[in-house]
Amino acid sequence: MIEAKNISKIYKSGNMETKALKGISFSIKEGEFVAIMGPSGSGKSTLMHILGCLDTPTSGKYFFEGKDVSQLSDDELADIRKNRIGFVFQSFNLLPRATVLRNVVLPLVYAGVSRDKREKQAKTALQNVGLGESHFFHLSNQLSGGQMQRVAIARALVNNPSLILADEPTGNLDTKTGEVVLDTFHKLNSEQKRTVILITHELYVAKHAQRIIRIRDGEIL
Amino acid sequence: MNKARSGLTILGIVIGIGSVIAMISIGQGAAGSIESRIQSMGSNLITVMPGFQKSFSQVKAGMGSAQTLTIEDAEAIVQGIPNVQAVAPELSRRYQVVARGQNTNTQIIGTVSAYPLVKNVEIGLGSFISDQNVRSMSKVAVLGPTTRDDLFGENTNPLGQTVRINGINFKVIGVTQSKGGTGFGSQDDIIFIPLTTAQKFLAGADYVSTISIQAENAQTMASVQSGITNLLLRLHNIAEPELADFNVLSQQDILTAASSITNTMTILLAAIAGISLIVGGIGIMNMMMTTVTERTREIGLRKAIGAKRLDISLQFLTEAVMLTFLGGAVGIILGSGLAYGISFFTALPTKISLFSIILAFTVSAGIGIAFGYWPAQKAAKLNPIEALRYE
Ligand SMILES: Nc1ncnc2c1ncn2[C@@H]1O[C@H](COP(=O)(O)OP(=O)(O)O)[C@@H](O)[C@H]1O
Ligand SMILES: [Mg+2]
Repeated sequence: MIEAKNISKIYKSGNMETKALKGISFSIKEGEFVAIMGPSGSGKSTLMHILGCLDTPTSGKYFFEGKDVSQLSDDELADIRKNRIGFVFQSFNLLPRATVLRNVVLPLVYAGVSRDKREKQAKTALQNVGLGESHFFHLSNQLSGGQMQRVAIARALVNNPSLILADEPTGNLDTKTGEVVLDTFHKLNSEQKRTVILITHELYVAKHAQRIIRIRDGEIL
Repeated sequence: MNKARSGLTILGIVIGIGSVIAMISIGQGAAGSIESRIQSMGSNLITVMPGFQKSFSQVKAGMGSAQTLTIEDAEAIVQGIPNVQAVAPELSRRYQVVARGQNTNTQIIGTVSAYPLVKNVEIGLGSFISDQNVRSMSKVAVLGPTTRDDLFGENTNPLGQTVRINGINFKVIGVTQSKGGTGFGSQDDIIFIPLTTAQKFLAGADYVSTISIQAENAQTMASVQSGITNLLLRLHNIAEPELADFNVLSQQDILTAASSITNTMTILLAAIAGISLIVGGIGIMNMMMTTVTERTREIGLRKAIGAKRLDISLQFLTEAVMLTFLGGAVGIILGSGLAYGISFFTALPTKISLFSIILAFTVSAGIGIAFGYWPAQKAAKLNPIEALRYE
């Protein structure tokens, strides 16, 4: 479902050029659980932004579900993100003064889902990640780290994306809560057959996946 | 959203809208009272006022101060113009008046028996000046109710008493009914005497200061107006209408002139208040810019989960419009309260119209859009990756 062909990304700031990715090629099939692993600064996040249609490569081609998305506009990319992709970030990125339910409903608002359906879908998604009714109306900044990340996962899941991208999802969590979160990804993959790409710099995290792609200095090892 | 900051920022809009509402209410209130004052002067009324003949040097003096109109002009109008109901020449000036030790300075109008008919004046006590009074230059006076109150005490009967105008004794023969209205040009603080008496004993001259004419009906107003103009031009031996030493004005002309003045005043007042609206709008823009910067991460997140540029810019535009709308609503309440207070504590009439409220709402929403547009665009154009990395 994903095919990267010789992808490069060069950041220009002033007259400084950073080659974050240097000709990366690989493919990922539907239903796979893949980890992308490499040390800090190796280009993992840059790669995830391209895979998640948040950004386009400087050169090379990226096929998402068979469609070349490397030249699409801002708004066209937004359309793909909203219907096909769910993101989980290291720093959760929840709206702090909104309720748990509101955070999970938000993607459905942009997707134009009706009000009743939104609530129902969001509640199901929250229950799928192990957050019960009692949490729905908490403000998200009143939750623990592990709970926040599970809300973020529910938000990523709520519009039934075909691809879930997680960038260092356990980076801000202690080992034990990290395990719970990783377990959630595991279940999503094995029980709901979702494609999951997990980005990390730690081997023990990567080992939860079926396959590991290692990168260093913007290249696949 | 930061409540204290938003509150302080919309204060600019509140003050702006509030003062626009108050200013328009004052302007329209003034216009309304001037209009009703003009309407109450009489119906189908045409007024002839003197004007200095415009000489070749084009020196123009104030209308009404010249001495070019005479009783003969008024009589010629009665004789020569068809469709005229009544004609009332008058000579008016202010004099010192004394009665029973009470002292006042008031408008003395020398006029004829037709005056009450032409000017919608009703007699309360006694009678008005008769033709006989005018012919024989009687020293009789008809008091306005305010003058009567000042000189003889409220609701007293002064008939037969004596008032001393400019040192000459007059016998009171009547009191008019109140027409309402206070201050300058009041029809209640006034004394009427025979025109001939005013000319001979007070002014010592035989001119008149105004000739008021009542046409038979509204349809004949125009023909009467032009007939008078032509007649007086002939009588005064003036060939060019531009050089006329008088002005013939219908009530409508006066109304138009007055409302153009009050409109200008209203626009001017509203424009001054409008400046504070612009300042308020800039405040909103400034705050929205700060908000966008502070919420960069939120914007990035919203974009990551599928918000398009339009979604983001609408979100921020809506916030800006809601703020200005709220400011507008509070401003309308405050401005109306201010207008109400002004007419309550001063005699100044004010009028809060639906128009000015709709205008205020439209303007405040417009300001939200105009000054929220740029910050909203800034938010919409944020790159989601940069926004997510922003600390
Ligand atoms: N927006 C950017 N502008 C400039 N340089 C960037 C930007 N994003 C990342 N980089 C650079 O690209 C390289 C890879 O960064 P990143 O993909 O974030 O690595 P990782 O996620 O593996 O730590 C780093 O050298 C980083 O400094
Ligand atoms: Mg990273």
